[in-house]
Amino acid sequence: MTKSNEALWWLLFGAGGTVAAFLAPLQILLTGIVAPAGWVREAFEYNRVLALVSHPVTRLYLFVLISLPLFHWAHRFRFTLIDLGLKGGQRAMAIACYGSAIIGAILTAVVLLRL
Amino acid sequence: MSEPTMTLEVLRYHPEQDQAPHFQTYEVVYREDWVVLDALCYIKDQMDGTLSYRWSCRMGVCGSCGMMINGVPKLSCATFLKDYYPAPVRVEPLANFPIERDLVIVLDDFMHKLTSVKPWIIREADKPLSEGEYSQTPAELARYKQFTLCINCMLCYAACPVYALDTHFLGPAAIALAQRYNLDSRDQGRQQRKGVIASHEAIWDCTYVGECTTVCPANVDPAGAIQQAKLASSLDWVKGVLMPWGGR
Amino acid sequence: MNPYHRRVAPTWWLSQRTYFLFIVRELTSVFIAAYLMLFLLLLYQLSVGREAYEAYLRFLATPGMLVFHVLALTAALFHTLTWFNLLPNIMVVRYGENRVPAIIVAGVNYAAWMAVSIFIAWIVFSR
Repeated sequence: MTKSNEALWWLLFGAGGTVAAFLAPLQILLTGIVAPAGWVREAFEYNRVLALVSHPVTRLYLFVLISLPLFHWAHRFRFTLIDLGLKGGQRAMAIACYGSAIIGAILTAVVLLRL
Repeated sequence: MSEPTMTLEVLRYHPEQDQAPHFQTYEVVYREDWVVLDALCYIKDQMDGTLSYRWSCRMGVCGSCGMMINGVPKLSCATFLKDYYPAPVRVEPLANFPIERDLVIVLDDFMHKLTSVKPWIIREADKPLSEGEYSQTPAELARYKQFTLCINCMLCYAACPVYALDTHFLGPAAIALAQRYNLDSRDQGRQQRKGVIASHEAIWDCTYVGECTTVCPANVDPAGAIQQAKLASSLDWVKGVLMPWGGR
Repeated sequence: MNPYHRRVAPTWWLSQRTYFLFIVRELTSVFIAAYLMLFLLLLYQLSVGREAYEAYLRFLATPGMLVFHVLALTAALFHTLTWFNLLPNIMVVRYGENRVPAIIVAGVNYAAWMAVSIFIAWIVFSR
Protein backbone atom coordinates (compact mmCIF):
# COMPACT_ATOMS: atom_id res chain seq x y z
CA MET A 1 0.00 0.00 0.00
CA THR A 2 1.81 3.11 -1.19
CA LYS A 3 1.15 5.96 1.20
CA SER A 4 1.05 8.78 -1.26
CA ASN A 5 1.39 12.42 -0.27
CA GLU A 6 -0.10 13.54 -3.56
CA ALA A 7 -3.17 14.58 -1.60
CA LEU A 8 -1.24 17.48 -0.04
CA TRP A 9 -0.24 18.92 -3.41
CA TRP A 10 -3.73 18.37 -4.80
CA LEU A 11 -5.32 20.19 -1.84
CA LEU A 12 -2.88 23.10 -2.33
CA PHE A 13 -3.70 23.01 -6.05
CA GLY A 14 -7.40 23.23 -5.22
CA ALA A 15 -6.96 26.01 -2.66
CA GLY A 16 -4.70 27.97 -5.01
CA GLY A 17 -7.06 27.50 -7.91
CA THR A 18 -9.97 28.76 -5.84
CA VAL A 19 -8.02 31.81 -4.65
CA ALA A 20 -6.96 32.54 -8.23
CA ALA A 21 -10.48 32.05 -9.56
CA PHE A 22 -11.94 34.57 -7.13
CA LEU A 23 -9.17 37.15 -6.91
CA ALA A 24 -6.88 37.02 -9.94
CA PRO A 25 -9.07 38.70 -12.58
CA LEU A 26 -9.71 41.88 -10.56
CA GLN A 27 -6.11 42.01 -9.31
CA ILE A 28 -4.71 41.80 -12.82
CA LEU A 29 -7.12 44.49 -13.95
CA LEU A 30 -6.10 46.75 -11.08
CA THR A 31 -2.31 46.49 -10.99
CA GLY A 32 -1.69 45.39 -14.56
CA ILE A 33 -3.95 47.74 -16.46
CA VAL A 34 -5.73 50.40 -14.38
CA ALA A 35 -2.75 51.50 -12.28
CA PRO A 36 -0.09 51.67 -15.05
CA ALA A 37 -2.57 53.30 -17.46
CA GLY A 38 -3.12 56.02 -14.86
CA TRP A 39 -6.90 55.92 -15.00
CA VAL A 40 -7.42 56.49 -11.25
CA ARG A 41 -4.18 58.14 -10.21
CA GLU A 42 -5.29 59.08 -6.69
CA ALA A 43 -6.06 55.47 -5.76
CA PHE A 44 -2.56 54.31 -6.66
CA GLU A 45 -0.63 57.22 -5.15
CA TYR A 46 2.42 55.92 -3.31
CA ASN A 47 1.57 56.82 0.29
CA ARG A 48 -2.01 55.60 -0.08
CA VAL A 49 -0.98 52.22 -1.47
CA LEU A 50 1.77 51.82 1.12
CA ALA A 51 -0.69 52.49 3.93
CA LEU A 52 -3.20 50.06 2.43
CA VAL A 53 -0.80 47.14 2.02
CA SER A 54 0.94 47.69 5.35
CA HIS A 55 -2.20 46.81 7.26
CA PRO A 56 -1.83 43.31 8.81
CA VAL A 57 -5.08 42.05 7.28
CA THR A 58 -3.96 43.24 3.84
CA ARG A 59 -0.59 41.55 4.29
CA LEU A 60 -2.34 38.28 5.10
CA TYR A 61 -4.65 38.71 2.11
CA LEU A 62 -1.66 39.39 -0.15
CA PHE A 63 0.24 36.39 1.18
CA VAL A 64 -2.69 34.08 0.43
CA LEU A 65 -3.30 35.76 -2.93
CA ILE A 66 0.27 35.24 -4.12
CA SER A 67 1.51 32.03 -2.50
CA LEU A 68 -1.47 29.67 -2.90
CA PRO A 69 -1.84 30.15 -6.67
CA LEU A 70 1.89 29.46 -6.94
CA PHE A 71 1.22 25.98 -5.61
CA HIS A 72 -1.72 25.76 -7.98
CA TRP A 73 0.66 26.55 -10.86
CA ALA A 74 3.30 24.10 -9.61
CA HIS A 75 0.92 21.13 -9.50
CA ARG A 76 -0.85 21.98 -12.74
CA PHE A 77 2.36 22.71 -14.64
CA ARG A 78 4.03 19.52 -13.44
CA PHE A 79 1.16 17.42 -14.81
CA THR A 80 0.83 19.47 -18.01
CA LEU A 81 4.45 18.64 -18.82
CA ILE A 82 3.61 14.97 -18.43
CA ASP A 83 0.52 15.40 -20.62
CA LEU A 84 2.72 17.09 -23.22
CA GLY A 85 5.00 14.06 -23.31
CA LEU A 86 7.51 14.34 -20.48
CA LYS A 87 8.55 10.80 -19.64
CA GLY A 88 11.89 10.77 -17.84
CA GLY A 89 12.80 13.11 -14.97
CA GLN A 90 9.23 13.33 -13.69
CA ARG A 91 10.35 13.20 -10.08
CA ALA A 92 12.98 15.90 -10.63
CA MET A 93 10.39 18.07 -12.36
CA ALA A 94 8.00 17.65 -9.44
CA ILE A 95 10.69 18.73 -7.00
CA ALA A 96 11.55 21.71 -9.22
CA CYS A 97 7.92 22.81 -9.46
CA TYR A 98 6.96 22.47 -5.80
CA GLY A 99 10.37 23.80 -4.80
CA SER A 100 9.81 26.93 -6.88
CA ALA A 101 6.42 27.44 -5.26
CA ILE A 102 7.93 27.08 -1.80
CA ILE A 103 10.67 29.58 -2.65
CA GLY A 104 8.04 31.91 -4.09
CA ALA A 105 5.98 31.70 -0.92
CA ILE A 106 9.03 32.44 1.23
CA LEU A 107 9.98 35.43 -0.96
CA THR A 108 6.41 36.69 -0.67
CA ALA A 109 6.53 36.46 3.10
CA VAL A 110 9.87 38.30 3.19
CA VAL A 111 8.62 41.15 0.96
CA LEU A 112 5.37 41.49 2.91
CA LEU A 113 7.15 41.56 6.24
CA ARG A 114 9.50 44.29 5.03
CA LEU A 115 6.65 46.59 3.98
CA MET B 1 -33.32 1.56 -59.20
CA SER B 2 -29.85 1.25 -57.68
CA GLU B 3 -29.46 1.94 -54.00
CA PRO B 4 -27.24 4.80 -52.84
CA THR B 5 -23.85 3.75 -51.50
CA MET B 6 -21.45 5.05 -48.92
CA THR B 7 -17.70 4.66 -48.45
CA LEU B 8 -16.28 2.99 -45.38
CA GLU B 9 -12.52 3.07 -44.79
CA VAL B 10 -11.81 0.26 -42.37
CA LEU B 11 -8.50 -0.47 -40.69
CA ARG B 12 -7.36 -4.02 -41.38
CA TYR B 13 -4.67 -6.00 -39.61
CA HIS B 14 -3.89 -9.69 -39.97
CA PRO B 15 -1.23 -10.59 -37.42
CA GLU B 16 -0.16 -13.69 -39.37
CA GLN B 17 0.86 -11.76 -42.44
CA ASP B 18 0.83 -8.00 -41.83
CA GLN B 19 3.69 -5.95 -40.40
CA ALA B 20 1.40 -2.98 -39.86
CA PRO B 21 -2.29 -2.13 -40.22
CA HIS B 22 -3.64 -0.59 -43.43
CA PHE B 23 -6.94 0.85 -44.59
CA GLN B 24 -9.30 -0.98 -46.89
CA THR B 25 -12.11 0.83 -48.66
CA TYR B 26 -15.60 -0.62 -49.07
CA GLU B 27 -18.59 0.79 -50.93
CA VAL B 28 -21.52 -0.30 -48.80
CA VAL B 29 -25.21 0.09 -49.40
CA TYR B 30 -26.52 3.20 -47.67
CA ARG B 31 -29.77 2.90 -45.74
CA GLU B 32 -31.02 5.83 -43.76
CA ASP B 33 -31.75 3.85 -40.62
CA TRP B 34 -28.47 1.97 -40.59
CA VAL B 35 -25.73 2.31 -38.03
CA VAL B 36 -22.03 1.67 -38.60
CA LEU B 37 -22.49 -1.83 -37.16
CA ASP B 38 -25.05 -2.60 -39.88
CA ALA B 39 -22.54 -1.49 -42.49
CA LEU B 40 -19.82 -3.70 -40.96
CA CYS B 41 -22.19 -6.69 -40.91
CA TYR B 42 -23.08 -5.96 -44.54
CA ILE B 43 -19.36 -6.02 -45.42
CA LYS B 44 -18.82 -9.29 -43.59
CA ASP B 45 -21.93 -10.98 -45.01
CA GLN B 46 -21.79 -9.72 -48.59
CA MET B 47 -18.35 -8.42 -49.42
CA ASP B 48 -15.48 -9.60 -47.24
CA GLY B 49 -15.93 -12.43 -44.77
CA THR B 50 -12.43 -11.93 -43.33
CA LEU B 51 -13.38 -8.74 -41.48
CA SER B 52 -13.27 -9.23 -37.68
CA TYR B 53 -15.05 -7.03 -35.14
CA ARG B 54 -16.83 -7.38 -31.81
CA TRP B 55 -20.55 -6.82 -31.30
CA SER B 56 -23.45 -8.34 -29.45
CA CYS B 57 -26.64 -6.63 -28.31
CA ARG B 58 -26.66 -4.02 -31.12
CA MET B 59 -28.60 -1.69 -28.83
CA GLY B 60 -26.04 0.11 -26.68
CA VAL B 61 -26.11 -1.94 -23.49
CA CYS B 62 -23.45 -4.62 -23.82
CA GLY B 63 -20.43 -2.41 -24.46
CA SER B 64 -18.89 -4.77 -27.04
CA CYS B 65 -18.81 -2.67 -30.21
CA GLY B 66 -16.65 0.31 -29.22
CA MET B 67 -14.49 1.63 -32.07
CA MET B 68 -13.00 4.86 -33.43
CA ILE B 69 -15.36 6.41 -35.96
CA ASN B 70 -13.76 9.37 -37.72
CA GLY B 71 -11.29 9.51 -34.85
CA VAL B 72 -13.93 9.64 -32.08
CA PRO B 73 -14.60 6.69 -29.73
CA LYS B 74 -18.18 5.54 -30.29
CA LEU B 75 -20.38 2.46 -30.10
CA SER B 76 -20.76 1.31 -33.68
CA CYS B 77 -24.34 0.23 -32.92
CA ALA B 78 -25.22 3.75 -31.81
CA THR B 79 -23.57 5.69 -34.64
CA PHE B 80 -25.87 6.45 -37.56
CA LEU B 81 -24.57 6.47 -41.12
CA LYS B 82 -26.89 9.34 -41.96
CA ASP B 83 -24.91 11.64 -39.68
CA TYR B 84 -21.92 11.25 -42.01
CA TYR B 85 -23.46 10.54 -45.43
CA PRO B 86 -22.34 11.21 -48.10
CA ALA B 87 -18.84 11.74 -46.70
CA PRO B 88 -16.73 8.62 -46.13
CA VAL B 89 -16.54 7.11 -42.66
CA ARG B 90 -13.23 5.98 -41.22
CA VAL B 91 -13.51 3.01 -38.85
CA GLU B 92 -10.58 2.01 -36.65
CA PRO B 93 -10.14 -0.14 -33.57
CA LEU B 94 -10.55 1.55 -30.18
CA ALA B 95 -7.55 3.80 -29.49
CA ASN B 96 -4.95 3.20 -26.80
CA PHE B 97 -5.32 -0.57 -26.91
CA PRO B 98 -3.14 -2.98 -28.90
CA ILE B 99 -4.78 -4.28 -32.05
CA GLU B 100 -5.31 -8.02 -32.07
CA ARG B 101 -6.94 -8.33 -35.48
CA ASP B 102 -8.79 -5.82 -37.68
CA LEU B 103 -11.16 -3.96 -35.35
CA VAL B 104 -10.60 -6.29 -32.41
CA ILE B 105 -8.43 -4.93 -29.59
CA VAL B 106 -6.57 -6.69 -26.80
CA LEU B 107 -8.50 -5.77 -23.67
CA ASP B 108 -6.53 -7.76 -21.10
CA ASP B 109 -5.24 -4.56 -19.46
CA PHE B 110 -8.75 -3.30 -18.88
CA MET B 111 -9.92 -6.64 -17.49
CA HIS B 112 -7.01 -6.72 -15.11
CA LYS B 113 -7.68 -3.17 -13.94
CA LEU B 114 -11.35 -3.84 -13.41
CA THR B 115 -10.58 -6.78 -11.14
CA SER B 116 -7.93 -4.86 -9.24
CA VAL B 117 -10.46 -2.43 -7.74
CA LYS B 118 -12.45 -5.31 -6.20
CA PRO B 119 -15.78 -4.41 -7.82
CA TRP B 120 -18.04 -6.24 -5.39
CA ILE B 121 -19.63 -5.57 -2.00
CA ILE B 122 -16.97 -6.12 0.65
CA ARG B 123 -18.22 -6.76 4.18
CA GLU B 124 -16.26 -7.17 7.39
CA ALA B 125 -18.69 -9.94 8.26
CA ASP B 126 -21.56 -11.11 6.10
CA LYS B 127 -25.00 -10.81 7.61
CA PRO B 128 -26.52 -14.28 7.99
CA LEU B 129 -29.46 -14.95 5.69
CA SER B 130 -31.78 -15.32 8.66
CA GLU B 131 -31.30 -11.61 9.46
CA GLY B 132 -32.82 -10.62 6.14
CA GLU B 133 -31.75 -8.19 3.42
CA TYR B 134 -29.50 -5.16 3.55
CA SER B 135 -31.71 -2.07 3.60
CA GLN B 136 -30.90 1.03 1.63
CA THR B 137 -32.79 4.30 1.45
CA PRO B 138 -33.41 6.07 -1.89
CA ALA B 139 -30.98 8.77 -0.75
CA GLU B 140 -28.27 6.16 -0.11
CA LEU B 141 -28.90 4.67 -3.54
CA ALA B 142 -28.74 8.08 -5.20
CA ARG B 143 -25.18 8.58 -3.92
CA TYR B 144 -23.71 5.91 -6.19
CA LYS B 145 -26.39 5.05 -8.75
CA GLN B 146 -24.89 7.04 -11.61
CA PHE B 147 -21.66 5.05 -11.35
CA THR B 148 -23.52 1.75 -11.68
CA LEU B 149 -24.48 2.54 -15.26
CA CYS B 150 -21.09 1.64 -16.74
CA ILE B 151 -21.29 -0.91 -19.55
CA ASN B 152 -17.52 -1.49 -19.68
CA CYS B 153 -17.31 -0.32 -23.26
CA MET B 154 -13.85 1.28 -22.78
CA LEU B 155 -14.67 4.37 -24.87
CA CYS B 156 -13.38 6.40 -21.91
CA TYR B 157 -9.96 4.72 -22.12
CA ALA B 158 -9.83 5.50 -25.82
CA ALA B 159 -10.60 9.16 -25.12
CA CYS B 160 -8.19 9.62 -22.22
CA PRO B 161 -4.85 11.26 -23.12
CA VAL B 162 -3.32 10.22 -19.79
CA TYR B 163 -4.02 6.55 -20.58
CA ALA B 164 -2.80 7.11 -24.14
CA LEU B 165 0.54 8.35 -22.83
CA ASP B 166 0.90 5.82 -20.02
CA THR B 167 -1.09 2.59 -19.87
CA HIS B 168 -0.19 2.20 -16.21
CA PHE B 169 -2.98 4.68 -15.49
CA LEU B 170 -5.85 2.82 -13.79
CA GLY B 171 -8.32 4.68 -15.99
CA PRO B 172 -11.80 6.21 -15.82
CA ALA B 173 -14.07 3.15 -15.79
CA ALA B 174 -12.10 1.26 -13.14
CA ILE B 175 -11.93 4.26 -10.82
CA ALA B 176 -15.61 5.10 -11.36
CA LEU B 177 -16.46 1.50 -10.52
CA ALA B 178 -14.39 1.68 -7.34
CA GLN B 179 -16.29 4.85 -6.40
CA ARG B 180 -19.55 2.99 -7.07
CA TYR B 181 -18.67 0.51 -4.36
CA ASN B 182 -17.01 2.98 -2.01
CA LEU B 183 -20.19 5.07 -2.00
CA ASP B 184 -22.50 2.08 -1.58
CA SER B 185 -23.82 2.06 2.00
CA ARG B 186 -23.69 -1.74 2.06
CA ASP B 187 -19.97 -1.79 1.28
CA GLN B 188 -17.23 -1.70 3.91
CA GLY B 189 -14.24 -2.14 1.63
CA ARG B 190 -12.93 1.38 1.14
CA GLN B 191 -9.71 0.70 3.01
CA GLN B 192 -9.06 -2.39 0.92
CA ARG B 193 -9.43 -0.42 -2.30
CA LYS B 194 -7.30 2.46 -1.05
CA GLY B 195 -3.98 0.97 -2.08
CA VAL B 196 -5.08 0.69 -5.69
CA ILE B 197 -7.14 3.87 -5.91
CA ALA B 198 -5.09 6.38 -3.94
CA SER B 199 -1.83 5.47 -5.65
CA HIS B 200 0.34 7.37 -8.10
CA GLU B 201 -1.00 5.37 -11.01
CA ALA B 202 -4.61 5.87 -10.16
CA ILE B 203 -6.54 8.98 -9.20
CA TRP B 204 -3.46 11.20 -8.93
CA ASP B 205 -2.52 10.66 -12.56
CA CYS B 206 -5.79 12.14 -13.77
CA THR B 207 -5.60 15.76 -14.96
CA TYR B 208 -9.36 16.19 -15.45
CA VAL B 209 -9.33 16.48 -19.21
CA GLY B 210 -12.95 15.36 -18.99
CA GLU B 211 -13.06 13.69 -22.39
CA CYS B 212 -13.98 10.37 -20.78
CA THR B 213 -17.25 11.85 -19.55
CA THR B 214 -17.93 13.40 -22.95
CA VAL B 215 -17.67 10.10 -24.83
CA CYS B 216 -19.40 7.91 -22.24
CA PRO B 217 -22.57 6.43 -23.82
CA ALA B 218 -24.11 5.65 -20.44
CA ASN B 219 -23.78 9.05 -18.68
CA VAL B 220 -21.59 7.66 -15.94
CA ASP B 221 -19.46 10.82 -15.65
CA PRO B 222 -16.25 8.96 -14.79
CA ALA B 223 -14.34 12.26 -14.64
CA GLY B 224 -16.63 13.41 -11.86
CA ALA B 225 -16.14 10.08 -10.07
CA ILE B 226 -12.36 10.48 -10.19
CA GLN B 227 -12.42 14.05 -8.87
CA GLN B 228 -14.77 13.00 -6.06
CA ALA B 229 -12.36 10.16 -5.28
CA LYS B 230 -9.51 12.68 -5.12
CA LEU B 231 -11.47 14.79 -2.65
CA ALA B 232 -12.39 11.78 -0.53
CA SER B 233 -8.81 10.54 -0.57
CA SER B 234 -7.50 13.99 0.38
CA LEU B 235 -9.84 14.22 3.35
CA ASP B 236 -8.67 10.73 4.35
CA TRP B 237 -5.09 11.93 4.11
CA VAL B 238 -5.80 15.01 6.24
CA LYS B 239 -7.45 12.81 8.86
CA GLY B 240 -4.43 10.50 8.73
CA VAL B 241 -2.07 13.42 9.34
CA LEU B 242 -4.10 15.09 12.06
CA MET B 243 -5.10 11.89 13.84
CA PRO B 244 -2.43 9.28 13.07
CA TRP B 245 -3.58 7.05 15.86
CA GLY B 246 -6.95 6.41 14.18
CA GLY B 247 -7.09 2.71 13.30
CA ARG B 248 -9.49 2.52 10.39
CA MET C 1 -0.44 -13.53 -31.14
CA ASN C 2 1.19 -10.49 -32.70
CA PRO C 3 -0.67 -7.46 -31.38
CA TYR C 4 0.05 -4.12 -33.04
CA HIS C 5 0.83 -1.19 -30.72
CA ARG C 6 -0.13 2.19 -32.12
CA ARG C 7 2.07 5.17 -31.17
CA VAL C 8 0.62 8.29 -29.59
CA ALA C 9 1.77 11.47 -31.32
CA PRO C 10 3.15 14.14 -28.96
CA THR C 11 0.85 16.51 -30.83
CA TRP C 12 -2.25 14.60 -29.68
CA TRP C 13 -3.60 17.78 -28.12
CA LEU C 14 -3.76 19.51 -31.49
CA SER C 15 -5.96 16.82 -33.01
CA GLN C 16 -9.19 17.88 -31.34
CA ARG C 17 -10.69 21.15 -30.10
CA THR C 18 -11.51 19.83 -26.63
CA TYR C 19 -7.96 18.56 -26.13
CA PHE C 20 -6.54 21.91 -27.25
CA LEU C 21 -8.81 23.88 -24.89
CA PHE C 22 -7.76 21.55 -22.08
CA ILE C 23 -4.09 22.43 -22.59
CA VAL C 24 -4.99 26.13 -22.81
CA ARG C 25 -6.88 25.78 -19.53
CA GLU C 26 -3.88 24.18 -17.85
CA LEU C 27 -1.51 26.85 -19.15
CA THR C 28 -3.61 29.67 -17.65
CA SER C 29 -1.85 28.80 -14.40
CA VAL C 30 1.45 29.90 -15.97
CA PHE C 31 0.06 33.35 -16.80
CA ILE C 32 -1.42 33.73 -13.33
CA ALA C 33 1.84 32.72 -11.65
CA ALA C 34 3.84 35.07 -13.91
CA TYR C 35 1.48 37.93 -13.07
CA LEU C 36 1.79 37.23 -9.34
CA MET C 37 5.58 37.45 -9.59
CA LEU C 38 5.30 40.82 -11.35
CA PHE C 39 2.85 41.89 -8.63
CA LEU C 40 5.26 40.75 -5.93
CA LEU C 41 7.90 42.92 -7.58
CA LEU C 42 5.50 45.86 -7.36
CA LEU C 43 5.11 45.24 -3.64
CA TYR C 44 8.88 45.05 -3.30
CA GLN C 45 9.30 48.40 -5.09
CA LEU C 46 6.77 49.82 -2.64
CA SER C 47 9.07 48.85 0.23
CA VAL C 48 12.06 50.43 -1.53
CA GLY C 49 10.49 53.86 -1.90
CA ARG C 50 8.38 56.26 -3.97
CA GLU C 51 10.91 56.60 -6.83
CA ALA C 52 11.20 52.85 -7.27
CA TYR C 53 7.44 52.34 -7.12
CA GLU C 54 6.65 55.03 -9.69
CA ALA C 55 9.45 53.84 -11.98
CA TYR C 56 8.00 50.32 -11.84
CA LEU C 57 4.53 51.63 -12.69
CA ARG C 58 6.04 53.33 -15.75
CA PHE C 59 7.63 49.99 -16.68
CA LEU C 60 4.23 48.29 -16.36
CA ALA C 61 2.81 50.90 -18.72
CA THR C 62 5.15 49.86 -21.56
CA PRO C 63 3.37 48.18 -24.51
CA GLY C 64 4.94 44.76 -23.84
CA MET C 65 3.79 44.72 -20.22
CA LEU C 66 0.30 45.93 -21.07
CA VAL C 67 -0.06 43.22 -23.72
CA PHE C 68 1.10 40.63 -21.19
CA HIS C 69 -1.44 41.80 -18.62
CA VAL C 70 -4.29 41.72 -21.13
CA LEU C 71 -3.30 38.13 -21.97
CA ALA C 72 -3.00 37.34 -18.26
CA LEU C 73 -6.45 38.81 -17.60
CA THR C 74 -7.92 36.69 -20.40
CA ALA C 75 -6.17 33.64 -18.96
CA ALA C 76 -7.44 34.41 -15.45
CA LEU C 77 -11.01 34.81 -16.69
CA PHE C 78 -10.78 31.52 -18.59
CA HIS C 79 -9.49 29.89 -15.42
CA THR C 80 -12.34 31.32 -13.33
CA LEU C 81 -14.97 30.19 -15.84
CA THR C 82 -13.65 26.66 -16.21
CA TRP C 83 -13.04 26.35 -12.46
CA PHE C 84 -16.58 27.33 -11.43
CA ASN C 85 -18.16 25.28 -14.22
CA LEU C 86 -16.34 22.10 -13.17
CA LEU C 87 -16.78 22.59 -9.42
CA PRO C 88 -20.31 21.05 -9.25
CA ASN C 89 -18.88 17.74 -10.52
CA ILE C 90 -16.27 17.60 -7.77
CA MET C 91 -18.37 18.81 -4.85
CA VAL C 92 -21.73 17.20 -5.30
CA VAL C 93 -24.34 18.85 -3.10
CA ARG C 94 -27.24 16.61 -2.25
CA TYR C 95 -30.51 17.01 -0.41
CA GLY C 96 -32.11 13.62 0.19
CA GLU C 97 -32.32 11.75 -3.10
CA ASN C 98 -31.79 14.84 -5.15
CA ARG C 99 -28.78 16.72 -6.36
CA VAL C 100 -28.56 20.50 -6.34
CA PRO C 101 -28.43 21.44 -10.05
CA ALA C 102 -24.93 22.24 -11.30
CA ILE C 103 -26.03 25.66 -12.51
CA ILE C 104 -26.98 26.68 -8.97
CA VAL C 105 -23.71 25.48 -7.43
CA ALA C 106 -21.79 27.31 -10.15
CA GLY C 107 -24.08 30.32 -9.91
CA VAL C 108 -23.42 30.71 -6.18
CA ASN C 109 -19.70 30.82 -6.92
CA TYR C 110 -20.13 33.37 -9.70
CA ALA C 111 -22.21 35.56 -7.38
CA ALA C 112 -19.62 35.29 -4.62
CA TRP C 113 -16.91 36.16 -7.14
CA MET C 114 -18.79 39.31 -8.15
CA ALA C 115 -19.34 40.27 -4.50
CA VAL C 116 -15.68 39.76 -3.55
CA SER C 117 -14.46 41.69 -6.58
CA ILE C 118 -16.76 44.62 -5.88
CA PHE C 119 -15.67 44.65 -2.24
CA ILE C 120 -11.98 44.74 -3.11
CA ALA C 121 -12.48 47.38 -5.77
CA TRP C 122 -14.34 49.46 -3.20
CA ILE C 123 -11.45 49.15 -0.74
CA VAL C 124 -8.94 50.18 -3.40
CA PHE C 125 -10.92 53.09 -4.85
CA SER C 126 -12.89 54.56 -1.94
CA ARG C 127 -11.74 57.91 -0.60
